[in-house]
Amino acid sequence: MSALSQTTEVVDPVPGADAPHLPGQPDLVQLLTPEGERVEHPEYSLDVTDDELRSLYRDLALVRRWDVEATALQRQGELGIWASLLGQEAAQVGAGRALAADDMAFPTYREHGVAWTRGVDPLHVISLFRGVDQGGWDPVATKFNLYTVVIGAQTLHATGYAMGLQRDGAESATLAFLGDGATSQGEVNEAMIWAATFSAPVVFFCQNNQYAISVPIERQSRVPLFRRAAGFGFPGVRVDGNDVLAVLAVTRAALAAARDGQGPTFIEAFTYRMGAHTTSDDPTRYRLASELEEWKLRDPIARLKAYLSRSGIADADFFTSVDAEGDQLAVRIRQGTLEMPDPAGTEIFDHVYAEQTPELARQREEFVAYHASFEGAES
Amino acid sequence: MSTETLTIGKALNLGLRRAMEDDAKVVLMGEDIGKLGGVFRITDGLQKDFGDARVVDTPLAEAGILGTAVGLAMRGYRPVCEIQFDGFVFPAYNQIVTQVAKIHARSKGRLPMPIVIRIPFGGGIGAVEHHSESPEAYFAHTAGLKVVAVSTPSDAYWGIQQAITHPDPIVFLEPKRRYWEKGEVDTDATPDPLFASRVLRGGDDVTVLAYGPMVKTALQAAEAAAEEGRSLEVVDLRTLSPLDLEPVYASVRRTGRCVVVHEAPTTLGLGAEIAARVTETCFHSLEAPVLRVGGYDTPYPPSKLEEEYLPDLDRVLDAVDRSLGF
Ligand SMILES: Cc1ncc(C[n+]2csc(CCOP(=O)(O)OP(=O)(O)O)c2C)c(N)n1
Repeated sequence: MSALSQTTEVVDPVPGADAPHLPGQPDLVQLLTPEGERVEHPEYSLDVTDDELRSLYRDLALVRRWDVEATALQRQGELGIWASLLGQEAAQVGAGRALAADDMAFPTYREHGVAWTRGVDPLHVISLFRGVDQGGWDPVATKFNLYTVVIGAQTLHATGYAMGLQRDGAESATLAFLGDGATSQGEVNEAMIWAATFSAPVVFFCQNNQYAISVPIERQSRVPLFRRAAGFGFPGVRVDGNDVLAVLAVTRAALAAARDGQGPTFIEAFTYRMGAHTTSDDPTRYRLASELEEWKLRDPIARLKAYLSRSGIADADFFTSVDAEGDQLAVRIRQGTLEMPDPAGTEIFDHVYAEQTPELARQREEFVAYHASFEGAES
Repeated sequence: MSTETLTIGKALNLGLRRAMEDDAKVVLMGEDIGKLGGVFRITDGLQKDFGDARVVDTPLAEAGILGTAVGLAMRGYRPVCEIQFDGFVFPAYNQIVTQVAKIHARSKGRLPMPIVIRIPFGGGIGAVEHHSESPEAYFAHTAGLKVVAVSTPSDAYWGIQQAITHPDPIVFLEPKRRYWEKGEVDTDATPDPLFASRVLRGGDDVTVLAYGPMVKTALQAAEAAAEEGRSLEVVDLRTLSPLDLEPVYASVRRTGRCVVVHEAPTTLGLGAEIAARVTETCFHSLEAPVLRVGGYDTPYPPSKLEEEYLPDLDRVLDAVDRSLGF
């Protein structure tokens, strides 16, 4: 056997690499089937009360309602852009609900469902997309970091924050969100190397929604994403991202392990982006309608609803009341958006530095004087 | 002569097409440039016609795009890299500044680096953060790179072809908010050289310099000034590195006044360099200090404030007034 063919043998794909991106594999952790049947998993059990199950449903439904309303507001010209979470509600609510009060979340720009679980006001998130500010919520108080648009940058921040927690002896962890596309970034690889080397209490939560704008996952990875973790030296798990119970169980376990000093975990939540990448995108250019139809059958909200109804945990009145709450939320979001004041122009100068510079103070004065000169001219 | 009316976006698309037809070594690389045709559709239809080995949808990794371009260039290819938005060039910044820019010098000319880095730049489209930046000074400050900024469909069509055939690495800045502006393109013409500024409108009172998205603003200001009996000479800089200031000096020697306009933050921006050179060269002809109109030294603001951040026609006219007031 020549050296060349030997090498070829060594790099032969790992098992499963030939069909790396298909759901329904044995590796996929699931606690609730797409038909809404409760199933058990040998490694991940879930202890939830009926109350908790109902409130998970409520979160999913309200977050979707918020998303639909925001998309409509964008279409009506009230928002510059909107990044929809449609289809990813279970991944986000499941992950968000797994966080303890002192854990810190590091989102991308699509984690509205996680924001919701952290008590961030939807209008604060909307203000960013309306162009009023760069993120109106308090990341320190909410333990939900500002959105990060530059792909992958936040995974390093989450790792550093985790290292801080570790040094301080805090029994907390961080949850870093990223997309499938983000796994290609050098910085994400650096974050995983850091996390592994220092055994930092960070959990990487990757929502594999199958696309990075138009680019399918096959263009980012030859192996299932969760397998990458092994190369960095920590566990990787693939969970059904449309199953809120499984996501909750898997993320809870990973965060508990992190808090317990066992270091990082990589979670791949296998899901699908039902909408466009953002409202500026045209998905018909790169994906087939049949694919969308297939994923509709795995809808995260419908399956929990089926389970709750069938098991008698929730009745028709409950669902009606959640719908009514959704209507109220939508009204509050719409009104709040329309009434949102534009920021004062001077704000752009006010927080550039903790200690204002003379030059910027001068530019601020110049700005004020310049605009005042117009008001004089018009009156 | 064959003249077509095209948008800047379409002109770039046709220019890329022609460059790919002319040279099989031209390879386009970037995120979403294939089926989607890029987020601005600049590469629309090119993958269909040239295949996915020549129009490469890359993984989501800018350092990867530029770093592999270096290797491809060493093998005789001519990579044309698309950066999706200005603010996302920074993951690739290390490759551009430490490798792309320096390899030719370090190899004593043995390793060619004919790479084009296309960047839609500047604000005014109502986007969220990192989608509206003007990073030109970082690149113009780096020896080994050349930087151009187009402002018309004709320059877009010819400029992209000239950049691709040019032997040095070029940061090719496209004024994203002007992608939809239309103009005449003569596809048989002999184009102006790439590294040359151009007087777009003659005038006697003040020389106004601009590039990229601000060229239109400068022309609008000249139009408005004319109504008040003031005559502005508007120069489109076109090349930011190397700078072509001879036509500017000639103009300033006549007008005695100079205003430089750009969107990028004013401090240490291109305007500062130009002001210094014009002052050094034309000191005895100047009736007023060279003035700059630029962005404030702040991060690019949320979109509700961008109108107040971006230099507009009024701010240009205000500077013209100040210049004439000396
Ligand atoms: C460094 C960088 N490059 C490019 C972009 C433009 N961009 C925004 S979102 C996106 C795709 C992200 O895909 P993925 O990580 O899978 O997350 P998803 O949007 O699917 O949630 C791209 C290319 C960016 N924001 N940052």
